[in-house]
Amino acid sequence: MGSVGAKEVPVLLGPDGRRIDGRKVDELRPIAITAGPLHQADGSAFVEWGQNKVMAAVYGPREVHPRHLQENNKAIVQCRYNMAAFSVDERKRPGLDRRSQEISKVIAEAFESVIFVEEYPRTSIDVYIEVLQANAGTRCAGVVAASVALADAGIPMVDLVPAVAVGKVGDAVVLDLKKEEDNFGSADLPMALVPQSGRLVLLQMEGHLSRDELARALDLGVVGCRKIYEVMKQALRDRYRTDGPGPAAEGMAA
Amino acid sequence: MSESVTAEILTNHILDLARRQKRLDGRGPDDYRKASVEPGFASSADGSALARIGATTALCGVKLEPGKPYPDTPNAGTLTTNAELIPLSSPMFEPGPPHPRAIEVSRVVDRAIRAAETIDLTKLCVTAGEKCWTCFVDIHILDHSGNLIDAASLAALGALTHATVPNVRFGIGPADLPLEVNHFPVEVTFCRLGETLVVDPTVEEESAAHGRLTIATDERGEVVAMQKGLIGAFSPDDVKSLVDRAITHGDRLRRIARGS
Repeated sequence: MGSVGAKEVPVLLGPDGRRIDGRKVDELRPIAITAGPLHQADGSAFVEWGQNKVMAAVYGPREVHPRHLQENNKAIVQCRYNMAAFSVDERKRPGLDRRSQEISKVIAEAFESVIFVEEYPRTSIDVYIEVLQANAGTRCAGVVAASVALADAGIPMVDLVPAVAVGKVGDAVVLDLKKEEDNFGSADLPMALVPQSGRLVLLQMEGHLSRDELARALDLGVVGCRKIYEVMKQALRDRYRTDGPGPAAEGMAA
Repeated sequence: MSESVTAEILTNHILDLARRQKRLDGRGPDDYRKASVEPGFASSADGSALARIGATTALCGVKLEPGKPYPDTPNAGTLTTNAELIPLSSPMFEPGPPHPRAIEVSRVVDRAIRAAETIDLTKLCVTAGEKCWTCFVDIHILDHSGNLIDAASLAALGALTHATVPNVRFGIGPADLPLEVNHFPVEVTFCRLGETLVVDPTVEEESAAHGRLTIATDERGEVVAMQKGLIGAFSPDDVKSLVDRAITHGDRLRRIARGS
């Protein structure tokens, strides 16, 4: 979007209904999740999703810094979503830009909607998301990674929170945008679902959708989230199964 | 401590009223407060508007200055939106670097303006790759009585609609021209109070809310931007029904912003 004066638009949707990378409109990119790759964090997860590589770590419940943010009746959830300078084609200036701060805010709110924060008054649950390689949908990959990391840290929650972006390329509403589709498509709608309640805890949108397209996009996203949910649960089962190599999920897949 | 106790009593009261489809200020769930837009509030700006939604007040000033196009869009001018939640407007706001809340307001307003292609940025190019207009949309919140995003968006649309390109001041052309506005995005915000979804929340309702959803639509009836905020959740069916309500309220607010 916002492709004012941008380069030539690639063919995003072939006559056979296949997308730029051969996927069908309702097909996810390959996704692999490793629970617990980090050793110092209370919980962690690594997500490889299409060309995205995202690491998440959870610390806490622990003392609140800065202290004045402390709440007497509940834990606060703090999130830092950050992109590595080398994660995108053109080097990104290190540090939190306004986009990262906004994403950090909506992700923190999404998790505070599912964590039993009243169990841990005067503490902070800190969620760190580092995007190491980016190819559209990094906030969703971040939510998926952080959600598995929260579970890995043993934080009590209503449910895991799968996330996915839906968008529009040509006339089609499509699931899980990759970079070209995000840059040259006409809408991007990231969402995060609580499978147990069927409700969305993160929802953003930019672009152009009619009310009917928007309704289709929401339905497609929910189906996508439920598929990712299964992968998330399997990652946690693999980490904690008792018959296998055990919790030392060493490193990450290359 | 007593403050948090009164806050809790108030929250429970608001939720109790909402269960009966009522609100503290006597409105029903789908009643928007009285909204107005006063263009030309600050004549030092190239375009300005004071937007009011009930007691909530936002002032937007648009300034155009010559600048350089971004390397990846050599044929387009640039647009920068910034919202300041200044301490004058609420005891909740403190001086200092922009709070994530302010960044969110700026970015959600910016997102709707950009996605709706409100301004054709290619028309703000003076010399390709060399010189263009930079359009600054600066929003000051003056009174935070709830629903800042809608007020900021209304002020921004009002200011852009009545803005002038100051060709003479910068020696770029023989006469100042009106800024061309092609589309008219308007944001409409809802809050969940228990299971009741109310439009245009007050500041007390926002602090009692279980989630907030903003939906921006344009005059074509298309959705151009959305943002869920606060702690809470919405079902896809909630979102679908709120889109219809956002289109209806948006049409009315758009006429107010355009002064027609």
